[in-house]
Amino acid sequence: MTTDTRIDIALSEVELSQRRWIKWHLYLGFVGLLIGTLMGVLQALERLDVNLYDEVGLESYYQGLTLHGVTMALVFTFAFANAFLSLTVIRGFGRPLASHALLVGSFVTAAAGVVMAAIAMLLNQATVLYTLYAPLQATPLFYIGAVLLVISTWMTSVNQLLTLKAWRKKHPGERIPLLSYISIMTFLMWDIASVGLAVSVLGFLLPWAFGWVGGTDPLFTRTLFWFTGHPIVYFWLLPVYVSWYMMAPARASGKLFSDGVVRGVFILFLLLSTPVGLHHQFTDPGVHAHLKFIHGLLTLGVFFPSMVTAFTLVAAFENGGKRRGGKGLIGWIPKLPWGDAIWTGQVLAMLGFTLGGATGLINASYTVNVVVHNTAFIPGHFHLTVGTATALSIMAISYWMVPHLTGRRLFSNRLALAQVWMWFGGVLMFSRGLMAAGIDNQPRRIPVNSAPYAQDSWTSYEVLTGIGGIIMTISAFLFFYIIIRTAMNKVAATSDEMSFEISETIKGAEESPAILDRLGLWFVAAVALVLLAYVPVLLSQGLNLDSPGFILF
Amino acid sequence: MQIDRLERIFLFLTVTLLAGVLMAIVLSVVHDGAELPTQAGRINVAEVRDTAPFDAPGVYETAPGKYQAVIIAKAWAFEPAEIRIPVGAELTFVVTSIDVIHGFQVWDTNVNAMVIPGQITEVSRTFDEAGEYNIVCHEYCGIGHHGMFGKVVVSG
Ligand code: HEM
Ligand SMILES: [Cu+2]
Ligand SMILES: [Cu+2]
Repeated sequence: MTTDTRIDIALSEVELSQRRWIKWHLYLGFVGLLIGTLMGVLQALERLDVNLYDEVGLESYYQGLTLHGVTMALVFTFAFANAFLSLTVIRGFGRPLASHALLVGSFVTAAAGVVMAAIAMLLNQATVLYTLYAPLQATPLFYIGAVLLVISTWMTSVNQLLTLKAWRKKHPGERIPLLSYISIMTFLMWDIASVGLAVSVLGFLLPWAFGWVGGTDPLFTRTLFWFTGHPIVYFWLLPVYVSWYMMAPARASGKLFSDGVVRGVFILFLLLSTPVGLHHQFTDPGVHAHLKFIHGLLTLGVFFPSMVTAFTLVAAFENGGKRRGGKGLIGWIPKLPWGDAIWTGQVLAMLGFTLGGATGLINASYTVNVVVHNTAFIPGHFHLTVGTATALSIMAISYWMVPHLTGRRLFSNRLALAQVWMWFGGVLMFSRGLMAAGIDNQPRRIPVNSAPYAQDSWTSYEVLTGIGGIIMTISAFLFFYIIIRTAMNKVAATSDEMSFEISETIKGAEESPAILDRLGLWFVAAVALVLLAYVPVLLSQGLNLDSPGFILF
Repeated sequence: MQIDRLERIFLFLTVTLLAGVLMAIVLSVVHDGAELPTQAGRINVAEVRDTAPFDAPGVYETAPGKYQAVIIAKAWAFEPAEIRIPVGAELTFVVTSIDVIHGFQVWDTNVNAMVIPGQITEVSRTFDEAGEYNIVCHEYCGIGHHGMFGKVVVSG
């Protein structure tokens, strides 16, 4: 299959302006990463018995942790998804987005959401952590901010779909370009998934925080939270999967195996991401064990597309390594572009993700879960997934994306390479420490050295977590330094550096069944599955709005 | 759509792995009797202290060798904070919250559950070894969260 793999450098006025908004949205995400990092290092230092919360003017460890969770898991990741998957749709369809207003609107909405949530958190009026479990009650401003963040993603999704529609008009009967296809599927998955959080906040938490209703239902809102809370991990992950599939192989001269398999993988994510949320509630009362089991079963199913991804990517890299002259079973590995920070960062993120996936399987296993639930094992696990698979990939992709959007040359590839390796080394230590502590009974979400039940045996794990976390922090600051120097670089990027090269497939779209492109059909099927999985859960719980709010922070 | 041979082999191995995990889970339930908390009834948060059994938190012998610990979780303590049982006792924890969500983990055991206002949590376990087992709240419940714990004292 031949596709044009170079972007036309002579951009139209519309496209130039759209790229500017995409750039600002990306930078908004970096602001999230910056605040998150500042809080992260406080948490790491706490592990080393250095407690700086008073000194920096925070009310408590938990105020910092709320800021960390919200800015990392909601701001940084959402902003990247909005920015990157707008850009990939433009590139995939070879045309600007259909609605300029929605593009700008998405940025403005997200920025407003960030400001509101940040004010609420900094005033210590929303120290409820990013899971916002009722009946801990935050100020309405916080809930409004959270909803605006979600609405910004819906705007991106609508814009993608309008662009698809406009493209189809000019290209009747053609296959949706793969890059656009997987970008749109990611957001379709999220459109369904985010309904839980939106209903929880708009329907329950906000009216209750305003005092319009006297009580709320802690279990019902918690179930709605986890309706979104599992698939949100795919909303963190799939945007970087788009790059892993469509950009990383191209940088290594590799071709993807099959167009149809990639489309199939994203269909499976659309179908299976949401009807599995009860695996976060295995230990909850009020939820029937049989329903937990069904969700647990489907959870094993959603492991499948990630395994296919692992296969496809390794195959594509092998293909690339061999085309670059590598021979034999492993001889292709050294031929890969290890000197390229953009590629290497993403591959290290993938390696981290294999550990994150394996530990995820532990968490998701119906009965093994009780050994690790809500222990420090859990943050150990997810700093390998969202904290590395996603975050490290985003950093590496930014080394391409910032030059691509600004026309400025990457400040230093060598420094960038050092940065991504540091993160990888740091997080391995960090997560190792947290996971070991968790298995040794340490709960999550505590300032360890203030807990009266802290154990001597935890000390060695705290050292790993603390030092690993500090290495990650230094790495993150190096990232900001490189990005700022890049954005201000006087040297222009070459057209090669600015190009948006995408992976070719050995078996192209013409060989994959047309039914894969029936987005409406898959969407309806996904909604049906979600209803099947959740209607019994919600009905069996019933709704009891008898919990008053508590402000215990 | 044709799927390559290597790809088919890999997919087969993946399915085998997942089937293995599933079998292990089923075995742990069917053979080893592993149980997760399930629906054990609702309670009105405002009336917890007037509703049996929570009107009298404490430890009770319900049958020879069988004990029930009725516990109220609140910011930031378990009531009662200490539960004493003889070695070999089968202990059922019956827990609810009078304020926010709390966690309930008994160290070095598989007792790990959430405590949600309005819901009753029930978990059982036989304590065959003497010793002290910390009960720790492992869900954020406000600024005193890290100080919220109790213990099970099993005497021989
Ligand atoms: C500078 C590097 C980082 C450090 C030192 C760090 C440190 C930590 C620590 C120690 C915890 C556990 C706190 C506890 O359970 O008491 C934590 C929680 C968390 N981290 Fe990070 N982290 C870093 C980067 C990230 C990144 C990149 C992400 C995601 C993009 C992330 C997302 C989270 C989330 C969602 C939580 C859970 C918050 C909660 O329990 O409410 N972190 N972090
Ligand atoms: Cu999950
Ligand atoms: Cu607590």
